[in-house]
Amino acid sequence: MALSRDEIMEKVREALVDALGVDEDEVTPEARIGGDLGAESIDYLDIVFRLEKAFNIKIPRGDLFPDNILQSEEFVQDGKLTDKGLEELKSRLPHADLSEFEKHPNVDDIADLFTVDMIVRYIESKVNEQAG
Amino acid sequence: MRWIWIDRFIAFETGRRAVAVKCVTLAEEHLHDHVPGYPVHPPTLMIEGMAQTAGVLVGDAFDFEEKVILAKVTRATFHGHVRPGDRIRFEAEVQGEVRPEGAAISGRITRNGDLVAEIELMFAHLDQSRGPVELGEDNFVFNDDFVGLLRMRTLRNLGASDPAPDA
Repeated sequence: MALSRDEIMEKVREALVDALGVDEDEVTPEARIGGDLGAESIDYLDIVFRLEKAFNIKIPRGDLFPDNILQSEEFVQDGKLTDKGLEELKSRLPHADLSEFEKHPNVDDIADLFTVDMIVRYIESKVNEQAG
Repeated sequence: MRWIWIDRFIAFETGRRAVAVKCVTLAEEHLHDHVPGYPVHPPTLMIEGMAQTAGVLVGDAFDFEEKVILAKVTRATFHGHVRPGDRIRFEAEVQGEVRPEGAAISGRITRNGDLVAEIELMFAHLDQSRGPVELGEDNFVFNDDFVGLLRMRTLRNLGASDPAPDA
């Protein structure tokens, strides 16, 4: 059965509160997982485990939080993403909102794209995929 | 000498759950120093005991090839003191499955069936994480001595049968 976005948000919030020890009201759609909620590297794995359990889904490694996205010079030059790099990033993070990032595509800011909203959209696509 | 805070495994199901026990005795020096005049087994060492029970469970899933490290104590709630003469039971269960990157564990510590603590842990496989440190080839977590110790204790021969109830 498909879940509404509100239902998904509620479960995502619960997973983030448990994994990161943050308050419920800190988990807003635009909150950044690292920058605002203070997640460190191992927390991303914890979040993935909790989401898998909460939604009864499988999240392949690197699917939700890709790492080592842009290693080659073709994608990154002088700390900025090339057009090709930007295309690659869009294909790897289809649920992220890149509209602001595109204006100044600094490679160091990629982690800021991991937001609560991105997780909710990702889960929505997974749950609907299963329901469909 | 290794820092070992469990005495024996009494049940082991590869990739799923492990149960270990520890007998707490007044001969252990730390009991005298932790709260002078009131000997109790420190909760931090109960977390360590659970981490060891669970760490072996996670390590066994990939045949002790991975460097399994305790990455996070997600939660630790204690419900009572553990005193000399107590035999405590650590039960660690893998949440979902042991993945190439690591595992999440939920654990319970009991004494004669009474709940003493609930502990959730996260383990990471060091080479699979994004650490920038060059670690070399040696597995310093499960070195030969440690794996030898486990084999001596016939860990690998333990069946899936349920442990005997606590005495």
